[in-house]
Amino acid sequence: MLTSRFERNRFVGAKIINVQSYGADIKIFEFECKLKAKPGQFIMLWLPGIGERPFSPTKTNPLELAVKKRGLFTKKMFELKVGDCVGIRGPYGKGFKYENVKHACLVAGGIGIAALVRLAETLSNNGAMVDFVYGVRKRDQLVFLERIEKVAELFVSTEDGSFGKKGTCIELLKRLLASKRYDCIYCCGPEPMMVQVLALCKHYNIKSQFSLERRMKCAVGICGHCALGSKLVCKDGPVFSGKTLASIREFMVHE
Amino acid sequence: MDLQASICGIKLKNPLVLASGVLGLNKNNLLIAQRGGAGALTIKSITLEKRSGHDTPNVAFFEAGVLNAFGYCNMGLSAALEEFADLSCFSVPIFGSCTASNARDFAKLVSAFDKLDFAAIELPVSCPHTPSYGLLAGQSNVEKVRAIIKACRKETKKPIFLKINAGLPNFVEIALAAEKAGADAITCSNTLGPGMVIDINTAKPVLSFKVGGVSGPAIRPMVVRAIYELYEHLKIPIIGLGGVSQGEHVIEMLMAGASAVGIATGILQRGPCVFRKCCEELSRWMKEHGYGSIEELIGFAHQ
Repeated sequence: MLTSRFERNRFVGAKIINVQSYGADIKIFEFECKLKAKPGQFIMLWLPGIGERPFSPTKTNPLELAVKKRGLFTKKMFELKVGDCVGIRGPYGKGFKYENVKHACLVAGGIGIAALVRLAETLSNNGAMVDFVYGVRKRDQLVFLERIEKVAELFVSTEDGSFGKKGTCIELLKRLLASKRYDCIYCCGPEPMMVQVLALCKHYNIKSQFSLERRMKCAVGICGHCALGSKLVCKDGPVFSGKTLASIREFMVHE
Repeated sequence: MDLQASICGIKLKNPLVLASGVLGLNKNNLLIAQRGGAGALTIKSITLEKRSGHDTPNVAFFEAGVLNAFGYCNMGLSAALEEFADLSCFSVPIFGSCTASNARDFAKLVSAFDKLDFAAIELPVSCPHTPSYGLLAGQSNVEKVRAIIKACRKETKKPIFLKINAGLPNFVEIALAAEKAGADAITCSNTLGPGMVIDINTAKPVLSFKVGGVSGPAIRPMVVRAIYELYEHLKIPIIGLGGVSQGEHVIEMLMAGASAVGIATGILQRGPCVFRKCCEELSRWMKEHGYGSIEELIGFAHQ
């Protein structure tokens, strides 16, 4: 039935059942709501009266989201308490491909961790060896360390040196690449960082996948606002192969 | 099967047109629909000044379609003149679209668009959800529409399409006045309504603007009826638009009297290749039923 195409996009109500704070600008919300989403897919979260934004689920049953305070929308999200209700629609987009990957390296910059934490668990469940490089500005922005350490070897960098290696995750990745071989590198973080990771992948001739973010209005492939060149982040992405990104001028402008 | 169609002398490789408002923000957007097999592409409407439009949510869903209230978010005229200055990357005709609050501003936009390589210029006077534009600027008034077409006619020799709203009681009167004032085709229809979807969990209207234009399967019968009626009254051609996502729907609109058929919400249902899929279905049906050209189907339901 074609009509179900419409109905499956309706918001479902999701009540907040737990909120945890990490430092001043990261909160992890748990919702009374479950959904089926592959690692790398996203959902749209609606705050009535405020708007809606895309987020990567860090757990699906119950739904969990990691949110970094960035603008008005996330500032309003930080005011939410247990018992408050939001709307959720999705999942949307194409997730990561991980079949036949035996040795993986995941590279998360900042809140980019949200798109990768479930992937690390899934890869590990599939029997892959996982190295996880995770860079943040300062120690209190680190989340999910325990979850990651259960399934991967973790390498942490902080820009202020308050935890792990002082510096950026790019430096950590370079060191790993000097001695290790991977079937695929998975990356999510600020776009300039992803551009650097893509360049390293090209240099070492390693396959790669990146989870991208663009301002989204419809999430169903009609409004065109999330276009990256002539790809739509909501439908063709948000995960793109390094090979695809290398051919998109609009991604490389950050170089 | 040859699916060639034509509208106001513009040759189309097939009668399917990307409707204004979806995947038309810029050239990269349009290229997605061109790859999907559209016979012509309409840009998202441009206003004199840049507009950020309504806040999200801009779309709300129900079982038989979509409501949208984007509020004419667009780059504005000066950026559009740069963006669309070179259309050489397209192999199909591009239709410009622009909208304004009054005839004078419409004329300014058309005068600027006249210098670009658009094959035609579409003028929506029918948006049901943007203050100061379309229905919310009183453009359901026959006199206002007449003034808009007259003012724009002076600025261009390119074909002018007037995009009307089939939900209005006087839509035939509006189309006739536009024809008399010099419009070259009627696009029927804009989204209907406006309508509203309320989220019962939060007891709030879903759209930030509360109301939005209704599109998708739900509106197709209303639009087919409007096209049928327009075809009885008009000499100029009609572009049918509303709820088309399959080849059979295209045939229905052609039989009602459309010379070309727009697709918007259908992209949500079947992806940008909805155009190619519809063409395949259209071809197959025509072959099975002994039709040799699109021309033969146009207005066939009026026999």
